[in-house]
Amino acid sequence: MKALRWYGKGDIRCEQVPDPGIEDPRDAIIKVTSCAICGSDLHLYNHFMPGMQKGDILGHETMGEVVEVGSAVRNLKVGDRVVIPFTIICGECDQCRRGNYSVCERSNRNAHLAAKAFGHTTAGLFGYTHLTGGYAGGQAEYLRVPYADATHVKVPDGIPDEKLLFLSDIFPTGWQAAVQCDIEPTDTVAIWGAGPVGQMAIRSALLLGARQVVAIDRIPERLSMARAGGAIAINFEEESVIERLNELTAGRGPEKCIDAVGMEAHVSMAHPDTILDRAKQAVMLETDRPHVLREMIYVCRPAGVLSVPGVYGGLLDKIPFGAVMNKGLTIRTGQTHVNRWTDDLLRRIQEGQIDPSFVITHTAGLEDGPQMYETFRDKKDGCVKVVLKPQ
Amino acid sequence: MAHRHRTRSHARPPASAEALARGLGWFSLALGAAELLGARSMARWLGMERHESLIRAYGVREIATGIGILAQKDPAPWIWGRVAGDALDLATLSGALRDPKAHRDRVAVAFGAVMGATVLDVACANALSGQEPPRHRRAVDYSDRSGLPRPPGQMRGAARDFEVPRDMRIPDALRPYRQPRRQERPQPSM
Repeated sequence: MKALRWYGKGDIRCEQVPDPGIEDPRDAIIKVTSCAICGSDLHLYNHFMPGMQKGDILGHETMGEVVEVGSAVRNLKVGDRVVIPFTIICGECDQCRRGNYSVCERSNRNAHLAAKAFGHTTAGLFGYTHLTGGYAGGQAEYLRVPYADATHVKVPDGIPDEKLLFLSDIFPTGWQAAVQCDIEPTDTVAIWGAGPVGQMAIRSALLLGARQVVAIDRIPERLSMARAGGAIAINFEEESVIERLNELTAGRGPEKCIDAVGMEAHVSMAHPDTILDRAKQAVMLETDRPHVLREMIYVCRPAGVLSVPGVYGGLLDKIPFGAVMNKGLTIRTGQTHVNRWTDDLLRRIQEGQIDPSFVITHTAGLEDGPQMYETFRDKKDGCVKVVLKPQ
Repeated sequence: MAHRHRTRSHARPPASAEALARGLGWFSLALGAAELLGARSMARWLGMERHESLIRAYGVREIATGIGILAQKDPAPWIWGRVAGDALDLATLSGALRDPKAHRDRVAVAFGAVMGATVLDVACANALSGQEPPRHRRAVDYSDRSGLPRPPGQMRGAARDFEVPRDMRIPDALRPYRQPRRQERPQPSM
């Protein structure tokens, strides 16, 4: 089969690899009909995340058709149409029973590596480093799904892939980011980053009833898409984020702040801390660039909530924790507990409350994947979200 | 909604950025040698005699950075290293601008020169890192991409029927708006 494989910084190739097969009775094999490139794939593309090995198959936003099931899988059959969440879950461990699927205790087959890095293991992820299990990803013609009886979202026929695919990651991620804010009708929700997750968070915050939603980015087409979703747009290269947020909230600051940017925040002369962060990152004095976190902590209203769906990998420098403590801020973070939300979100898609396909700007064949990674990274040609069609 | 799309491939950074990086590498070597060998006269010219050793140390730093830029396949981290060095230089010169013993007019000239170099360094590092300034890109209008069946104003609160799980609620004491008593959300089930 064809698959997109990682070979190093900026080096992704579409190559022939052996087809996957059933390795465990709880496995299933999926024929991939659609997959997507995620913003967090760019951390691999730019080689900021450790734990990749040459030849690893990428991708964690995937859907398709079941073509083979293991003997222990009772709730799936050949021909079923499924979306595959990016988090692999056993469905039986203590964390899964609590709904904390992204920290499943069993699905990371390299749990010892994750425990060394984070103190305890987190769930296995598709196509996302050997720290999270080293599982082959879904930017391929076929995908082996471990723990397939738990790790799937069964979806009905008759709805196009484009409306359903993002149940795998960015839609529940944006949704969880907003849900973690426990939005009230009086709230201003400020969202840093109007990429795909930011766009989903904007719409989620609006649907959950925020009084006003503010989107902060510098890419004009992302900001125009944010406005279309009901957000007030701030281009941080043209105006002061802090001044504008204070103006929009009568000086009180937003009650809820969402970081949909993560470890690769922008670098610009207008923000000296970003230059220092990038220099420190280059000489390995810190791993991530936390400009957005600093700004959120500073601007958030006292007793507010910070929600962090953006991916961070390691160590951050100069975080104003004194402000977090003295302002009494609540911070909620985490990879998405995808299956916790998907029943509800699938219903909302079916009822027409939202159509997540609005975010797709580019569709291409799998063989064009390497070019699409570059286009997405450089935000060329109005690129906000790429969908790849392997078949 | 989606459109088929092809782009030409150019994984490498622009040639102009690579040429600029090489130029900055040679500039680092030259400046480093001057600081290392001429630290005393440089310190005297600036009126910063007490900082002669510091200037020499900065010279070593410049030489190391220059070697890194010219020797490594990917010069971007080393150009960012130059940016960090610029920050140090500017901090040192800022101190001298307030020092009555320093020749402040000459220090101001040096400060301006370092500022110019910093702008070049950041532009070069951004170009090498693929962070093309947005003004060079073609903006696309996505004002028709709401994803919502009705205008956003009419969709506000359409999902208020969703009950935030207990572990993600804010404490009642911090709640500015009193909602009707919520029912407990059932624990997730597989």
